[in-house]
Amino acid sequence: MAVDVAVERSGIASSRRRALLIEAAIVLAIALVFILVVPLLLSGFRLNLMGRFLALSIVALGIDLIWGFTGLLSLGHGIFFTLGGYALAMHLKLQIPPTASSQLPEFMSLYGVTELPWFWQPFYSFPFAALAVVLIPGILAGLLGYVIFRNRIRGVYFSILTQAATIIFFNFFNGQQKLFNGTNGLTDFQTLFGVKVNAPATQYGFYVLTIIFLILAYALCRWLTSGRFGRLLMAIRDDESRVRFTGYNPTGFKVLVFAISGALAGLSGALFTLQTGIVSPNSMNIAFSIEMVIWVAVGGRATLVGAILGTLVVNFAKSLLSEKFPDIWLFFQGGLFLLVVMFLPDGIIGWLRTEGKNLVRRLTGRKQIATYPSLEEDPEVDYERKNLGD
Amino acid sequence: MFTGLLDGIFNGLSVGSVLLLAALGLAIVFGLMGVINMAHGELMMLGAYTTFVVQNGFKKLGDPWLQFYIFFAVIAAFIVAALVGLALERGVIRYLYGRPLETLLATWGVSLILQQFVRSVNWVMIIGLVLFCLLFFGGLWLLQRRLDFERIRNWGIAILLPLSVAISLVIGSILSNAYGLAVTKPWFGAQNVDVTAPKWLLGGLPLGNYQLPYTRMFIMVLTVLCVLGIYWFLNKTPWGLRIRSVTQNRNMSACLGIPTKKVDALTFALGSGLAGIAGCAVSLLGSVGPNTGQNYIVNTFMVVVVGGVGKLVGTIVGALAIGITDYIIGTGILALLFAPIPPLANFFTFFATTSMAKVMVFFLIVVFLQFRPAGLFPQKGRAVDA
Repeated sequence: MAVDVAVERSGIASSRRRALLIEAAIVLAIALVFILVVPLLLSGFRLNLMGRFLALSIVALGIDLIWGFTGLLSLGHGIFFTLGGYALAMHLKLQIPPTASSQLPEFMSLYGVTELPWFWQPFYSFPFAALAVVLIPGILAGLLGYVIFRNRIRGVYFSILTQAATIIFFNFFNGQQKLFNGTNGLTDFQTLFGVKVNAPATQYGFYVLTIIFLILAYALCRWLTSGRFGRLLMAIRDDESRVRFTGYNPTGFKVLVFAISGALAGLSGALFTLQTGIVSPNSMNIAFSIEMVIWVAVGGRATLVGAILGTLVVNFAKSLLSEKFPDIWLFFQGGLFLLVVMFLPDGIIGWLRTEGKNLVRRLTGRKQIATYPSLEEDPEVDYERKNLGD
Repeated sequence: MFTGLLDGIFNGLSVGSVLLLAALGLAIVFGLMGVINMAHGELMMLGAYTTFVVQNGFKKLGDPWLQFYIFFAVIAAFIVAALVGLALERGVIRYLYGRPLETLLATWGVSLILQQFVRSVNWVMIIGLVLFCLLFFGGLWLLQRRLDFERIRNWGIAILLPLSVAISLVIGSILSNAYGLAVTKPWFGAQNVDVTAPKWLLGGLPLGNYQLPYTRMFIMVLTVLCVLGIYWFLNKTPWGLRIRSVTQNRNMSACLGIPTKKVDALTFALGSGLAGIAGCAVSLLGSVGPNTGQNYIVNTFMVVVVGGVGKLVGTIVGALAIGITDYIIGTGILALLFAPIPPLANFFTFFATTSMAKVMVFFLIVVFLQFRPAGLFPQKGRAVDA
């Protein structure tokens, strides 16, 4: 008997391992297609857009982690996204050739700053900047999460507090001309490691880098959500009080997952900044942060693939529509919010998993397995359904 | 220095009264339904635009009427915003009951649509919309009279929807080709529009070396009237009683025969109407644009967070406290006050701009929430999820 159980278990484990291997192979294959084939199909402009949207899908993964799995609707991921962008941009702005007349970023001399502010100093080192890209947003998210979750503030309250935080950071960065060049943000990057940032080859390198980081982020989220930790997150989403009654303290888990999500946003912001060549407080406006949520909603909450897919679909739709009919985009976006929330709550992937399956079954003529087969077969029930409606 | 502080409190009160007017409706709706209406700011904007339209209408009537347009505008703004709010509740929010986060997203979508709507609204659009509604809902109504409506409903919608969209689009394009700019010119456009206060609201009451503008005083009076009106409505009328009872315990109220759905719709309309009045007040303070609402919503939400739900007094205290704190920090009065202590003075000078004051206020709110997580006057109860 015991032997049987052991065999069964090892069978489950091996089949799970096989499923995981297949998934890894699929991910790798898609990545290779994106790295090798897609650049041949798209023009330079569209490829750059694709790179940006892939970078954005990392932040969507982060939002999926906290909203889809943990049920925390953050309207403040623009902060973490932008901070990540700033961290890298500060390093880029300090790549000043030694021959230049001023050893300061040019906007500082415009505002009459003569000495580099102290917190700019460490950004000379690339390792520090690279760590700052994920650590600053992550730690900030952790702190913000701690002071909010500690008091069991949640639901809508959490959302509007994060939204207020977005406004606050927006105001702060907008007001600091001398420190961060205010509204204009940091732009006009020259070199990174001595390579020109704007050269097509470098941009292709960033594109590949984005894909690699996206895979890593996906793997991280996949790992986090598949084990016990993931189940706990979903338990918090579904019934937090019950989780508390079973002896867990959800605060720590919520803080941790919010911090991870913030760090992912920072990474995404840095990659995005590399490909747009600008970071400004504008990406901290409220609208952008809420837009991120709708990407996840369109793709499908609590499905990691959905987050990536939704980001790509919505953003390409946006760039195509706003090129052709600039007026209509807002109508379309507003309609998208309504449509997804009211008629497609599980997003594209969720729809495919339920309705799509049914549709295929119906088209192929296979009968659906019913919960109560006796009722399905009953001619009287069938007659009633057809003639009386439900 | 003392007069400075007094001035700060007075101005803070006037800023706070705008906030209060805007937050009142939001707080009532949030208390009742647990729903944060992201389109609240846009309802304010609609109120402001209604004021603009009423003003232009009264300009044609001539002088004696023009002086009093503002009273009609307040009523019109209330009615327009309340109707839009009612449509929003009936059309969207009631389907999302019990899913507050989804409601938040849906109402954000509505706010985007409303913003673009005032930018590009013109006669063709209005005619097309009316036509679509007539065709679609009229068709559905006709279908409903058939006995097997439930069975053919989905098919009916699938046929009616594209058909009515196509007809209204075609008629719209025919109209715009036939009449040109007369029907396709946007009513308001993307630019801001200006509402001019009537003559008797210009100027101000001299108060020492400072002048208290009449418009501000008008807004304060309007706010007091609204608060009193709401207080009376909630506490002295049968519907107010029902609203309070549903706010306290929805299930129990439903069991006792209170029509909770009607209460929801009524309260939402009322809250939206108050947003309209707030918009009317805001239009007196500066020019009005499609983004007007966006400037107010976050502060309004903060009022609800600080005030807590369930009691009107929380909203009042929260709004006035935030308004006064914001003003006192933003104008640098505190920096002057602490001038003898240089480090403190420097600290407050750093925050003495409008945007930095908001940073400080947010920080204070977060600190406040550490001690009173459910706001100033939380609803008492024994629920775990208070």
